Amino acid sequence: MADQVPGPRIPTVIADDVHIVYRVNGAKSGKGSATAALSRILKRGEERGVRKVHAVRGVSFTAYRGEAIGLIGSNGSGKSTLLRAIAGLLPPESGKVYTDGQPSLLGVNAALMNDLTGERNVILGGLAMGMSREQVKERYQQIVDFSGINEKGDFITLPMRTYSSGMAARLRFSIAAAKDHDVLMIDEALATGDRRFQKRSEERIRELRKHAGTVFLVSHSNKSIRDTCDRVLWLERGELRLDGPTEEVLKEYEKFTGK
Amino acid sequence: MSAPPSPDEGLTAAQLAAKYGLAVSGARPPVREYVRQLWGRRHFILAFSRAKLTAQYSQAKLGQLWQVATPLLNAFVYFMIFGVLLNASRGMSKDVYIPFLVTGVFVFTFTQSSVMSGVRAISGNLGLVRALHFPRASLPISFALQQLQQLLSSMLVLFAVVIGFGSYPDASWLLIVPVLVLQFCFNTGLALMFARAGAKTPDLAQLMPFVMRTWMYASGVMFSIPVFLADKPQWVANVLQWNPAAIYMDLMRFALIDQYGAENLPEHVWAVAGGWALLFAVGGFLYFWKAEERYGRG
Repeated sequence: MADQVPGPRIPTVIADDVHIVYRVNGAKSGKGSATAALSRILKRGEERGVRKVHAVRGVSFTAYRGEAIGLIGSNGSGKSTLLRAIAGLLPPESGKVYTDGQPSLLGVNAALMNDLTGERNVILGGLAMGMSREQVKERYQQIVDFSGINEKGDFITLPMRTYSSGMAARLRFSIAAAKDHDVLMIDEALATGDRRFQKRSEERIRELRKHAGTVFLVSHSNKSIRDTCDRVLWLERGELRLDGPTEEVLKEYEKFTGK
Repeated sequence: MSAPPSPDEGLTAAQLAAKYGLAVSGARPPVREYVRQLWGRRHFILAFSRAKLTAQYSQAKLGQLWQVATPLLNAFVYFMIFGVLLNASRGMSKDVYIPFLVTGVFVFTFTQSSVMSGVRAISGNLGLVRALHFPRASLPISFALQQLQQLLSSMLVLFAVVIGFGSYPDASWLLIVPVLVLQFCFNTGLALMFARAGAKTPDLAQLMPFVMRTWMYASGVMFSIPVFLADKPQWVANVLQWNPAAIYMDLMRFALIDQYGAENLPEHVWAVAGGWALLFAVGGFLYFWKAEERYGRG
């Protein structure tokens, strides 16, 4: 698909030697007692009592307009972390991410407010994404219908903590998908919800792709990668292992996973 | 698919980005642009503060009643200990002391809870920060606004207490509005400051209650500073009275209580009140903005 773009290829996302480190407080191995904590504080050193997790190690690539890029790799290989860095939500430790406009991340783990009703969450989520009050009001019904929350009764007026995990994930995705995006990143969103909801989401993603310059898709389903992507990045232990056309990379990946 | 020869060959990532006008993702916008973005999210800030306010007691059986019951019980406890047991009312009749104490507790609680929610504004909402784009200052501002709304509902209780002890509404009650505006600016600045500090050091959430309690006892919530420090050098009383919490409390008492006259206020009280508000609102905002691109790491 990238070849169909006439003229020189226009980059939309450039990752330049990106490193991402998570810092976790109080997860340092060793005794968790108060005295151990005290001795750690007293010991000289830079980060005391903090454990670092180096999630992405030196990833570089350039994505071009019109490309659909799949991200694959085993669990914990840094795919979602990399997407967050591209979206500017997680600042890289070193290296830079350059983007065209504001990339958006459609995730299933977009945290919402559990003590508020689904209704409030839809409104707040829309406002936080920068929609105006009128836009939110206009799309409200559409979002609720899309999520299918109200199919089994009036659940939207209940607090989100009463939702099943599938329902909550569906509502989150519906809120995030209600906006149009420039650079779009989809993080395993297709895996949530029942079959009917998956079909609706796939349709919506195809729609969103038409407007978006570049699409990133994280998925553990090789089939949906084959269906939607023309280029694949394979991450393993935070390193970019392979970057190329879908078929080539998937062949190597399937060999690696022993399928 | 072999890549066609490209005129971009050999450019570094930074040069390539510059050529096509790409910007660093998640970079901190200039102040002016940041303020503009923040203004764009004003509906979010307001809606978020309201939602948090109603959610606060949603698990309690009595629900929203706790919004007024909590500060009232607080004032009652302080009255029992300081008014009855320790007799801290020295030099004040009961008609003055009880409204004096209740006003002090409510006004100080406003600042205290703004700081406490500020500390957790970023660190307690990491999920939201990592999931969606918005100017991060929306969160501490929204929490400060939530506390203002909370205070407004406890003001009803305060009015009832003050009137019950014989201070009836008059022209001086109009001063409530500028006092609240100034204190809100001060609180918001403080919340922004502690939001940044709390994002970097979550331990502050554990430490702050002690700091706040010390501040409360030093600000004359339950006693009159000039009366209690009469035998100490004047500058000690001045320093305590000019601290922002004491200033806003005293101004509110002056506005509400008939027999609490201007002789209880320190010199230049309005200038100091305005100065604190301006200093903290602007300083806190800039301090918070300076780390905008770093929130969410961790």
